[in-house]
Amino acid sequence: MSAPTPGRGPSGGWWRARLTSREGQTTTGRTLRFDVPGWPGHRPGQHLDVRLTADDGYQAVRSYSLAAPAAGETVELGVQTAPDGEVSPYLNEILPLGAEVEVKGPLGGWFVWTPEDRGPLLLVAGGCGVVPLMAMLRARRAAGATGDPCALLCSVRAPDELWYAKELADPTGTEDVRLLYTRQAPPGGDRPAHRLAPDDLEGLPASPETRCYVCGPTGFVEHATALLQSRGHPPGSIRTERFG
Amino acid sequence: MNQHPAHHLDGNCLAGPLAQVFALDPTTAWWTCPDCRTASPVGGLHVYGPEPGLTGRCPGCAQLALRVVTHPGHLWLQLGTGRGAFRFPLPPSPSWSPSDRTGEP
Amino acid sequence: MASLSPGFHGRGSRSLVERLPPGQYPTESFPVLSAGPTPHVPTDRWSFTVTGENGGSRSWTWDEMRALPQEQPVVDIHCVTRWSKFDTRWEGVSLDVLAAGVETSAGFVVAESFDGYTTNLPRADVTGGRAWLVHSFDGYPLSPDHGGPARLLIPHLYFWKSAKWVKGLRFTTEDEPGFWERAGYHDYGDPWREQRYWNDA
Repeated sequence: MSAPTPGRGPSGGWWRARLTSREGQTTTGRTLRFDVPGWPGHRPGQHLDVRLTADDGYQAVRSYSLAAPAAGETVELGVQTAPDGEVSPYLNEILPLGAEVEVKGPLGGWFVWTPEDRGPLLLVAGGCGVVPLMAMLRARRAAGATGDPCALLCSVRAPDELWYAKELADPTGTEDVRLLYTRQAPPGGDRPAHRLAPDDLEGLPASPETRCYVCGPTGFVEHATALLQSRGHPPGSIRTERFG
Repeated sequence: MNQHPAHHLDGNCLAGPLAQVFALDPTTAWWTCPDCRTASPVGGLHVYGPEPGLTGRCPGCAQLALRVVTHPGHLWLQLGTGRGAFRFPLPPSPSWSPSDRTGEP
Repeated sequence: MASLSPGFHGRGSRSLVERLPPGQYPTESFPVLSAGPTPHVPTDRWSFTVTGENGGSRSWTWDEMRALPQEQPVVDIHCVTRWSKFDTRWEGVSLDVLAAGVETSAGFVVAESFDGYTTNLPRADVTGGRAWLVHSFDGYPLSPDHGGPARLLIPHLYFWKSAKWVKGLRFTTEDEPGFWERAGYHDYGDPWREQRYWNDA
């Protein structure tokens, strides 16, 4: 698959995107799907920029990760409402279905994985950092088994903050999916709530050619990256995406 | 003087702003720090901001790698530690045009 | 829908409070903006140096600075990113006192910080009782996030002029653009005239 070039939409790089569906993932996380006529496709891990324009011309731009592999002119975003945020509360609660925003993309060619990238794959997510990793996981599932091992670690504070719960529990998945709770574990679990620890990575791919992708809040990414390096993953094999 | 990491993002977030002036995705471009020799793709830089501007720094020693400042109508780009910055005119935003708003009160 | 992002109004610029400069919105919080890692400077290794355009200089250690006459300004501050914060309470030394440490007839000054940050100002704006070197905010020692152990406080200009982690002032005969001024921000930065960007009048 060739790499799509940065979006050159119909006007100044910005495409018009119509909101077609919105569903809750967590109390503050939403899946938003947009119809983007002319969208050139994208690779798992890429993001796009959303631009909002007020009546007086004031504009705000924010980046959001694409949550699913390319599927025609539909793009799926995962948006977490930021407290005091200017754009995310609008997208998650106010933007009417059928209304349009502007988007630019696909963006970013570094934090990207495609099924052609062979070798073990290790995905480590903190909270809504799972969104771009979900695009990778979905692409991997769609491509079919290759024999390469794959694991996804999802660290969330409590069970109700887990994104894509049903999909991650899909028993036909060949990945090693590990759900880690940092504040409140579900009843009956055998892992007490605590933050990501070396034990949580036991038995996961550890060879130096493993491709590691870490996404989450800055503190989580620092912590997870240090853990990965301490178990022998070279820094060059770890790609990170932090959000504020 | 100790330095503690403040909140920063990864260079991935430069893709959008820089797509306005680069024909190729700049986040896959490699850069070697002139001070500590750490090599990093632009997507792996430590980026502070986004306001008042995006400041991309070496992930090894925090040396300045590039800066991007976006203002209405202009994008400022400084490469490396040099003192000069390039000012690019940005295309006018079509969504600002009043004639674009039809049928709405 | 014909209109893009209907119902989006953005944040700020609507409240018409007399103390709010154009294009600003009031906030109770104190946002932290950074352009690099936060330096942590122990006060026993801190010093503040004022350098004249002819090379003469004068330095103060932390204890010497604390022994100078202290003032408690209560001021409104305005960030170029459009937030304003009213009635902020600080404690520190008037820059009049520190600037008097060297002989100068220069027209400009560059504030220099421990992290390499710089910002340029006319000399007239760091004298006349409207600019301070501050070490306390709201009754507590200034935290590193907000520029501690000491930062400038020049509330009549946009807040990027109030350099964090400041280590000195250097008087110059020419106006030397600083860190943000070299990358598109205004050389003077008067919030009441909305001098945000390079060629704003």
